[in-house]
Amino acid sequence: MHSDDVVWDMLGNKQFCSYKIRTKTQSFCRNEYNLTGLCNRSSCPLANSQYATVREEKGRCYLYMKTIERAPFPSRLWERVLLSKNYEKALEEIDENLIYWPRFIRHKCKQRFTKITQYLIRIRKLTLKRQRKIVPLSRKVERREKRREEKALVAAQLDNAIEKELLERLKQDTYGDIYNFPIHAFDKALQQQDAESESESDVEKEEEGNEEVTERDEREFVEADDSDISDFEDMDKLETSSEEEQEDEEETEKKAHSKSKGKTPLKGPTRRKRPYLEIEYEKETEPAAKTKAS
Amino acid sequence: MAAGGQGPGVGNMAAAGAGPERGAEPPAPERVLFPPTFSVSEIKNKQRRHFMFVRWKQQQRKEKLALRKKRRKEREALGDKAPPKAVPKTIENQRVYDETTVDPNDEEVAFDEATDEFAPYFNRQTVPKILITTSDRPRGRTVRFCEQLSTVIPNSHVYYRRGLALKRIIPQCIARDFTDLIVINEDRKIPNGLVLSHLPDGPTAHFKMSSVRLRKEIKRKGKQPTEHVPEVILNNFTTRLGHSVGRMFASLFPHDPQFIGRQVATFHNQRDYIFFRFHRYIFKSEKKVGIQELGPRFTLKLRSLQKGTFDSKFGEYEWVHKVCLSNTRPAWEGIINLTLNVTTNLSLKKAV
Repeated sequence: MHSDDVVWDMLGNKQFCSYKIRTKTQSFCRNEYNLTGLCNRSSCPLANSQYATVREEKGRCYLYMKTIERAPFPSRLWERVLLSKNYEKALEEIDENLIYWPRFIRHKCKQRFTKITQYLIRIRKLTLKRQRKIVPLSRKVERREKRREEKALVAAQLDNAIEKELLERLKQDTYGDIYNFPIHAFDKALQQQDAESESESDVEKEEEGNEEVTERDEREFVEADDSDISDFEDMDKLETSSEEEQEDEEETEKKAHSKSKGKTPLKGPTRRKRPYLEIEYEKETEPAAKTKAS
Repeated sequence: MAAGGQGPGVGNMAAAGAGPERGAEPPAPERVLFPPTFSVSEIKNKQRRHFMFVRWKQQQRKEKLALRKKRRKEREALGDKAPPKAVPKTIENQRVYDETTVDPNDEEVAFDEATDEFAPYFNRQTVPKILITTSDRPRGRTVRFCEQLSTVIPNSHVYYRRGLALKRIIPQCIARDFTDLIVINEDRKIPNGLVLSHLPDGPTAHFKMSSVRLRKEIKRKGKQPTEHVPEVILNNFTTRLGHSVGRMFASLFPHDPQFIGRQVATFHNQRDYIFFRFHRYIFKSEKKVGIQELGPRFTLKLRSLQKGTFDSKFGEYEWVHKVCLSNTRPAWEGIINLTLNVTTNLSLKKAV
């Protein structure tokens, strides 16, 4: 026992202990058999020849004991006792094994055992939940993919592709009668006249006749206002007269569109390429006096 | 040798120093003779070296221009007999023709598509209803992205995932009539993955998502997208695999787009990267259309396609992206367009 004091005198204060870690406020002990983890006179496994700890291995807890009788036999120094899985029974076992031992070690062993069982319970609960798998990214692959993506973006020419596709759809008449372009309608009429000259069924002629009439009507209407933008506004008024909310939205959108397109900022008031007619609409309202009188 | 090298450099500098003042290319280069092994990089003085390099570059450009003019003159002189213009090689030009490219008239493909999981959608029996969610604990960026995505896709709902297992969410979704599930995976505060699962037992596609731009980060953007159903454009989904992925995307949107809204959602596949854009278009004339980008944009790269709904352990993978670390492929061999290393039966022909 007297050698313990000497050992502590050396390791604790004066000389170097390889298990000791000092921080600003406290020192810790890295020894795996240490009971509390702190570097103290009473918790140092090297400076106490009668010592006990609780350690867990693969989910089972063991009580390790060291006595002075086995001090000369380092390979047999630590005696290991398996503790039962039942918490209370295990506490009793600890008490049994450490029956005449100092109070401090008994108490600390039980505390350590409690902490260990708590974290084992938590581990088991967590493994039942979903676990986030961390997948390592290969830096080379990531860099390569990023570069390829940039090049693919350039090669894609997205805006052009989208515009082409939309124009294709316009040509194939998926939009129906919403958009009225004079030349477009003219082309359509031409195509249908060709079709008419090829086939000679009456039904087709009737249909085409109707369409031509409507197109002529529409064409007349369109020619009255010649500018692009007011075209749309009028056309929208025609189409969406029933849904006035959307009409308002669209008008404001289109105005915002034409003004803040961003690609070619319009200078000054909106440019009109062709000569156009501005049509003013006047609303007639009854003068108030009349209504009051009646 | 150094002195000899510097000598002409110095002489040149003197002449060249006067050159800019004169304003014209000085005739000094003709007078000064450089030793034959001289190169611009040998001049130790940085300023002089830079000057010489700039002048060398200008000379090169002039020569190139002269060469081009000469070639053009020759071509014009030859007229019809001129050799055809050389088209630069691009990856798209050099791609080896892929066997699994879908022919529009292929009956087998048509038969497959009539009986696969998307048939009810394309027969207009089901209306798409989409659930958008994220991985655990999403950060602000991901949340905002989800919201914007839900404005882009009509009839979609965003729900937060508070630690629920996907396998338990899926039966609940099916019970509530959802047709698709989108899970946006997040890593380090940015969305980086997308899992798209067609619900009643449909295929699950796992994508890597990159370059996500929220609405406020897009330059020259328009106003908020409205509630109209947008049109859908699917570009370059040519192979079998591409076809099935394209159908997956198409089934997200309702069948009848409202042309009044003039909104279009584009999925453009280029070299296996799927670019998503959301635009508003306006026809300025019958040959000109203007588009304005609204909504979020992102890029997807397919990582795996699974047959059933989301199941990472026991799922049957139709296609998995295999990465080859070394650049073993010769440069112009057929790049993917979504067919690399097919693991199971996609390319086998069914006995009809």
